[in-house]
Amino acid sequence: MTDALERDFESLVTHDRRIEPRDWMPEGYRKTMIRQIAQHAHSEIIGMQPEAGWVTRAPSLRRKAILLAKVQDEAGHGMYLYSAAETLGADRADLTRRLITGAQKYSSIFNYPALSFADVGVIGWLVDGAAICNQVPLCRSSYGPYARAMIRICKEESFHQRQGYELLLTMMRGTPAQQEMVRSAVNRWWWPSLMMFGPPDDQSPNTAQSMRWRIKRHTNDELRQRFVDMTVPQAEALGVTLPDPELRWNAERERYDFGPPDWAELKRVISGDGPCNAERIERRRAAHEDGAWVREAAVAYSAREGGAQ
Amino acid sequence: MSDPGWPLFEVFLRGKRGLNHVHVGSLHAADAQMALRHARDLYTRRNEGVSIWVVASADITASSPDEKDPFFAPSGDKVYRHPTFYDIPDSVPHI
Repeated sequence: MTDALERDFESLVTHDRRIEPRDWMPEGYRKTMIRQIAQHAHSEIIGMQPEAGWVTRAPSLRRKAILLAKVQDEAGHGMYLYSAAETLGADRADLTRRLITGAQKYSSIFNYPALSFADVGVIGWLVDGAAICNQVPLCRSSYGPYARAMIRICKEESFHQRQGYELLLTMMRGTPAQQEMVRSAVNRWWWPSLMMFGPPDDQSPNTAQSMRWRIKRHTNDELRQRFVDMTVPQAEALGVTLPDPELRWNAERERYDFGPPDWAELKRVISGDGPCNAERIERRRAAHEDGAWVREAAVAYSAREGGAQ
Repeated sequence: MSDPGWPLFEVFLRGKRGLNHVHVGSLHAADAQMALRHARDLYTRRNEGVSIWVVASADITASSPDEKDPFFAPSGDKVYRHPTFYDIPDSVPHI
């Protein structure tokens, strides 16, 4: 029986059809999907924090409205993804608990601080740009609810990247001090952005299985290269230099060569020793616990008004 | 964590007048009214809908994927339900 089910599953996946929530799927596929979607959802939720501090300090009402909308989108993306994870049998409260206790990870990029308002622009340009590179292929993930969530998310991320780049263009037309803020932010975010694609291919043991299951479409190194190739001309148009002395056009490959990120740093940040790991989790824990009375009050109100329906 | 837990609701949107409601995802809310407001905030931030339905996920009855073939078999062999089943000479107009 299981053999027949497994054959059906494999056949759907290899023919690029979608797996839907109530379909039979191998336990490993379910576990991997839950882990990937949960980690992605957590990243969106924690990803609100680096920029959120700038909402009240944005230099104009226009920038404030844009940033607020962007941070709201990140919350929305987290919700779409938690919703997708729940179709696999995950429990929302349990996922939140796993985030707060550190049992599940989120993207290491959000453990870096946003030190100036230029960081808001650079996060939009580089961090959201790298996220788009990662996420566009996921719109064709074999798991239907995840793929559909990714389509919504990608549509919205495009606004995030463009508002960031426009912000930087504006600052680069400003005072020397403002231009320096942009350069400093680019220098700080460039390498962590490259690390967003994960470890190099020869140190990424799960890639092969994930590609077979079509939950990953390209290797980490392919996506990283694609990001560099897209970003270099944008940096030139902006008038900033990316902080990599090895970065140069390779006419033979018709791609840019670039130096390796500091993989030891990525390992450190993932394992909890980044600049803001403790602060991010603590903030999320406090928000969750401080909101407990609201959740309880809403249930009590609903019960008094005649039940949850 | 002694959370009371909010039940899960499925969300359906009518994208614009003239279209059916389509399932877009789910969310948690204490009751249906709150689910409707959350659905507006979560699924229509960019005018994606002109009408929203929410329904408690627990209230949905779905066909079982395990019996998908037998369940849909009654329509499988009724090719005469399709217009292409019928041979009409090319010379006959508008049919």
